Amino acid sequence: MTLPSRRSALPGFSLTLGITVVWLSLIVLLPLTLLALRPWTLGFAGVWQSVTEPRVLAALRLSFGTAALAAAVNMPLGLLVAWVMVRYRFPLRNLADSLIDMPLALPTAVAGIALTALFAPRGWIGALLLPLGIRVAYTPLGIFVALVFVGLPFMVRTLEPVIMEMPREAEEAAATLGATRRQTLLRVVLPALTPALLAGFGAAFGRGIGEYGSVIFIAGNMPMVSEIAPLLILIRLEQLNYAGAAALALVMLLASFAVLLSLNLLRARMRRRS
Amino acid sequence: MNVEMRGLTKSFGPTPALNAVDLSVSNGEFLAILGPSGSGKTSLLRVLAGLEFAESGTIVIGGRAMEGVPARERGVGFVFQNYALFRHMTVARNIAFGLEIRPRRLRPRAHEIRDRVASLLDLMGIGDLGGRYPDQLSGGQRQRVALARALAIEPALLLLDEPFGALDAKVRKTLRVWLKDLHDRIGLTSIFVTHDQAEAMEMADRVAVMQAGRIEQVDTPDCLYAEPASAFVHEFLGEAIRLDCLVADGVARFPGLPSAVLPTACRPGAAIALIRPYEIGFIVRPGPAHVVSVHANGPLKRVRLLIGGVGIEVLSPAEGWTPVVGENCDLELSKARVYPV
Amino acid sequence: MTTPAAQESVATRVVLILLTAALLIILLVLPLVVVLAEAFRKGIPAALATLSDPDSLTSIRLTLTVAAISVPLNTVFGVSAAWCISRFRFPGRGALVTLIELPFSVSPVISGLVWVLLFGINGWLGTFMDRAGLQIIFALPGLVLATVFVTFPFVARTLIPLMQEQDASEEEAAITLGATGWQMFSRVTLPNIRWGLIYGVLLCNARAMGEFGAVAVVSGHIRGQTMTMPLQVEALFNDYDWVGAFTIASLLALLALATLAVKAALEWRLGRRGSMH
Repeated sequence: MTLPSRRSALPGFSLTLGITVVWLSLIVLLPLTLLALRPWTLGFAGVWQSVTEPRVLAALRLSFGTAALAAAVNMPLGLLVAWVMVRYRFPLRNLADSLIDMPLALPTAVAGIALTALFAPRGWIGALLLPLGIRVAYTPLGIFVALVFVGLPFMVRTLEPVIMEMPREAEEAAATLGATRRQTLLRVVLPALTPALLAGFGAAFGRGIGEYGSVIFIAGNMPMVSEIAPLLILIRLEQLNYAGAAALALVMLLASFAVLLSLNLLRARMRRRS
Repeated sequence: MNVEMRGLTKSFGPTPALNAVDLSVSNGEFLAILGPSGSGKTSLLRVLAGLEFAESGTIVIGGRAMEGVPARERGVGFVFQNYALFRHMTVARNIAFGLEIRPRRLRPRAHEIRDRVASLLDLMGIGDLGGRYPDQLSGGQRQRVALARALAIEPALLLLDEPFGALDAKVRKTLRVWLKDLHDRIGLTSIFVTHDQAEAMEMADRVAVMQAGRIEQVDTPDCLYAEPASAFVHEFLGEAIRLDCLVADGVARFPGLPSAVLPTACRPGAAIALIRPYEIGFIVRPGPAHVVSVHANGPLKRVRLLIGGVGIEVLSPAEGWTPVVGENCDLELSKARVYPV
Repeated sequence: MTTPAAQESVATRVVLILLTAALLIILLVLPLVVVLAEAFRKGIPAALATLSDPDSLTSIRLTLTVAAISVPLNTVFGVSAAWCISRFRFPGRGALVTLIELPFSVSPVISGLVWVLLFGINGWLGTFMDRAGLQIIFALPGLVLATVFVTFPFVARTLIPLMQEQDASEEEAAITLGATGWQMFSRVTLPNIRWGLIYGVLLCNARAMGEFGAVAVVSGHIRGQTMTMPLQVEALFNDYDWVGAFTIASLLALLALATLAVKAALEWRLGRRGSMH
């Protein structure tokens, strides 16, 4: 069989494909494969036991739960920001637009200590919330706040291009048919944005599950209460329990892939319907 | 340089892009490859340049077999359909590119390269554009730069892919004349690909008509027009009226036109006859052709007819006899050509 | 002034803009401000003292070293991947694109974990490495491997769409004019992708210098030896040396701001927006 690449006179196919495949295999595929193999040295029962310990279940519930909640809250927040950025013109808009990527550009450890300083009981925001009886830092609420911070740009950047390409004519048509602005937004605009909202949710959620740096300082890290799953992996590693760490990592990877896959399927179905 | 192609075959998935193509081009000739899109004409050009590879067949350029010769060593000038100018280089740098990249022992001296670029710019009539960048040029100017860049390496063979494809109609007309002229002056063996039959007929010494990866016919424009080798060529070169007929005993008979009997060498059985709208003559006697409408159109009249329920449109000289609307008459088809189905 | 039919009323617009501004200030601006405020809380000399501390200087040097090794590696990979994916068709091409993005959906901690599983004391190659006297984990190679993993997709995913958009005809033209593969690459391909390449390298570098979770796993936290800047921030913070922690953090925040500024300039130049993750 002649390789299809023979069709091109351009040079460098074997060299560049070789580099790509070797590097991908060495850096990504091989390590992840070994990760997937490692837990089974415990035996099936051992793996099961290791990932169903109450402390593990609590950590998984916390990581997935707060990530989902933060991603959900980011839907209206991200929609607001994306809508304002695309549709309105106002002073400092370009600056604001660049700033949206801040959570992605700022090293997570820096974000982590900054949020902790802000929301600590004596911090600028924490001190305001304390009289209301709200404690953010060192509680699950702190994790939620950090994940909202990290997830916002994913939501905004997913929504912006879609809003930009949305034809204004559809909204104008709705208006000529007698719809109020509110009706137009709810019945014309929002349905058109739903797939993008789901995509943004998926991206923010996926990032939130595994997030470490921005969460770890504000979380408090109390077992069973505010201890996230990635921290538990680290703790197991420090105890030289490699198989246990790998088992937990594998569960996290599989669970997040499953969630992202089902979101993609849902999105595909919605797109087919429309 | 002579170019010889023998049995070039190349498939693109299940469909053949080239199907046993044989073609010879003689030294100094200007050959057009004409065909609808997807006929394989661009593939043929790219295979010649070494940008794609045929699965079988041979190419010989100037006596040298091209088997295993990479594109960069073929010495073939290629003008791309979208020109493919290097957008980050000035016009002069674009043209000098092929010379500047040569290994030192083959590279002309810097001032020689400069002179060559200057004379090419002059030849192209764009002497003052050397310092511009491609995005500062019009389509026609880019076309000339692309041509100058291909000529700078003094190729043995010049290949042009749809050279006027990206230009508007008016520029296209001027450039056609100009390119034909240029070819006549430098006499370089050239092959260009086009889907526009007027372009091919006007410019080329010979035209190769392609369809579905095969060459249907290669001939001078006159011969091609007078004696199309197949129904496809006949129809591709200009408007033609298609009439079903039946061949038996060396003649074709038409179901709706009993009087028209056409001698033909076509094999017996169902066949089709093709005739250009202005080749049909009227016979002044009642017949099966029913006149639906007559429109004056300059020196020609456009007559719509119904023959046994089939509508055709005939062009007839304004001065000659024409039937009146509603009248019935007979038709003369002696200039029709019969092709097997 | 009347409001066009397909637009919110002026009042609504103003309210929405103000809400957005409030959100961005609380969530995005305040954290930045607090970093600088905490760093200089005890005055500039205290902040400068942190920077002259040997451990801090080591962490800065280590961060630069790790980035200086990881970024070029992933740049070579990214250009190679973009070349073969955008210029050739071959079976498995789509899968390759997907796999290249894979590290983005892996938690940073797991990105570090995989290397410990491979090279750690109880790892697959741990004993072998130990006998050979090669220190990977708790040393520079481990930091580099973890960083390479998390920054793996940046250059490739910036270049692939860019090069797919620019068809191959300029490169083919260079070839028909007699260029060798290297001449074609350096004189035609590279100039055409240079802004995209810089963009990808910029994002790759920002992440390489700022990565925390993955390097936290492989570093072993040996002070003065395996602490990159983000790890140094953590250590100082946990020691209640807030001025120190926030001073190093300010440097990293400045890096982030500079990255965002250059990114905005490049996006204007490229006429497109890429993604930071």
